[in-house]
Amino acid sequence: MAPLPLIAFDGVSRTFAGRRGGEPVPALRDLSLRVAEGETVAVVGPSGCGKTTLLELICGLQRPDSGALRSAPAALMPQRDLLLPWLPAVDNAALALRVRGVARDAARREVAPWFERFGLSGFETARPHELSGGMRQRVSFLRTLLAGKPVLSLDEPFAALDAITRAEMQAWLARILAEATRTVVLVTHDVEEAVLLGDRVLVMSPRPGRIVADLTVQGDRPRHRNDAAVVELRARALEALGVAA
Amino acid sequence: MRRLLLPLAAILVLLGIWQLYAGVSGVSSLVLPSPVDVGRALVEDRGALWHNLKPTAAEILLGIVLGAAVGLLVAVALRLSALAREATYPLLVASQAIPIPILAPLLVVWLGFGLLPKLVVIALVTFFPVVVTTLSALAAVDPDLIKLMRTLDAGRWQTFVRVELPSALPGVFAGAKVAAVFSVIAALLGEQAAGSNSGLGYLLTVTVQNLEMSEAFASVCVLAGFAIVLFALLTLLERRALPWVHRSTSTGA
Ligand SMILES: Nc1ncnc2c1ncn2[C@@H]1O[C@H](COP(=O)(O)OP(=O)(O)OP(=O)(O)O)[C@@H](O)[C@H]1O
Ligand SMILES: [Mg+2]
Repeated sequence: MAPLPLIAFDGVSRTFAGRRGGEPVPALRDLSLRVAEGETVAVVGPSGCGKTTLLELICGLQRPDSGALRSAPAALMPQRDLLLPWLPAVDNAALALRVRGVARDAARREVAPWFERFGLSGFETARPHELSGGMRQRVSFLRTLLAGKPVLSLDEPFAALDAITRAEMQAWLARILAEATRTVVLVTHDVEEAVLLGDRVLVMSPRPGRIVADLTVQGDRPRHRNDAAVVELRARALEALGVAA
Repeated sequence: MRRLLLPLAAILVLLGIWQLYAGVSGVSSLVLPSPVDVGRALVEDRGALWHNLKPTAAEILLGIVLGAAVGLLVAVALRLSALAREATYPLLVASQAIPIPILAPLLVVWLGFGLLPKLVVIALVTFFPVVVTTLSALAAVDPDLIKLMRTLDAGRWQTFVRVELPSALPGVFAGAKVAAVFSVIAALLGEQAAGSNSGLGYLLTVTVQNLEMSEAFASVCVLAGFAIVLFALLTLLERRALPWVHRSTSTGA
């Protein structure tokens, strides 16, 4: 028997009450998916198709209106970095530890080696506004990682970065994910990013979102933009999105 | 430099107009002394002015700290309990409509003639703006931050201490800055009601009774100057204590 998936959605729908007098907004309709332990699943879809809603359902921040869902405990890396401006970078990264009751100095000691690994050495005491966009995302990712949950939900982690930094960060994340075997749901609207980072690529329809394609990525890691498998899968994903490749 | 010179120039222009008006209007100097008269009083009475500024300044500083602390506590309580907020917000507003000359004698009856009734009067006018601005700062906390704390398994208290309270501090300062201006008037009225025998309020009462209007205006000038200093001090303290507020205000990418 196959091991139980860590995340299972069965026919999940989520509708938001519209503004006063307006129509209700169906964000997700009849969405089903399975994510196995250790998998990195990339979810792509057009803007507003319910990707953030999907992650918030996984993290237990929202409840479905119908359908059944189950998920192992999940930590969210929000779409905006949402670092606390009054805390230095270490304390932002250590937020989950502090919430759990770890004393400040012990939490900082625990975070310190990660700063080294994440290329953030020397920026421990910097405030968020003193960090570059890429660094802020790394601190935010570290905060999510240190929450110690089996599932990581990453909401368009690199959407706000410039193209060069984004490419660097994608390579960086691929490395980190190869080392830390966690179950990852990565939401993005960048098909290439999905194909580079995911074991599977789930394509969502426009709102109300459903999964319209479930593509398994072949090819060894690290993948490169020009690998035949990557190019081919990107074309298939774009086709599923209804975009001419 | 510009930040210093511009207000200085504005004050000089105002004094010029006042001096002209006092000279040509024929209004008695018992009603409106000229700036030159007031300036002379400022210099001649500097000893008495300084002597009486000290207790008033102490009252105001203590009163503002007290009022801001109470205001923060009240705002937090009202934030945490919708019931308390709905029940007492109208009362809080009403409390600000009670004229101090009505309230102060009652406070003196309850609290005696010491420092206490004066502090309470100042704290009373201070706490209200602090409550209002702190409540709106608390209401403006990014809901995504609250969600984030939930995914980190933070309870109500952790979320409050780590996110809501720091977000509310700029509100406390905004309220205290507004209050700095009201507090000097509250201090005068408090001293007069409590029958103090020192302080600028006392000095003002005595000089007005003696029809020494230049001297009375000199007290007012010192008080106004103190209000400016207090405001600047609070601004400085805010920069020091909350450096993130004046840098990047956004938490987003
Ligand atoms: N709290 C809410 N109240 C009302 N409508 C909402 C709420 N949250 C989301 N929606 C609506 O649900 C739909 C899906 O939103 P969601 O944020 O999940 O989309 P998304 O795919 O993450 O979009 P983007 O790519 O722009 O981040 C949108 O149309 C949005 O307007
Ligand atoms: Mg989104």
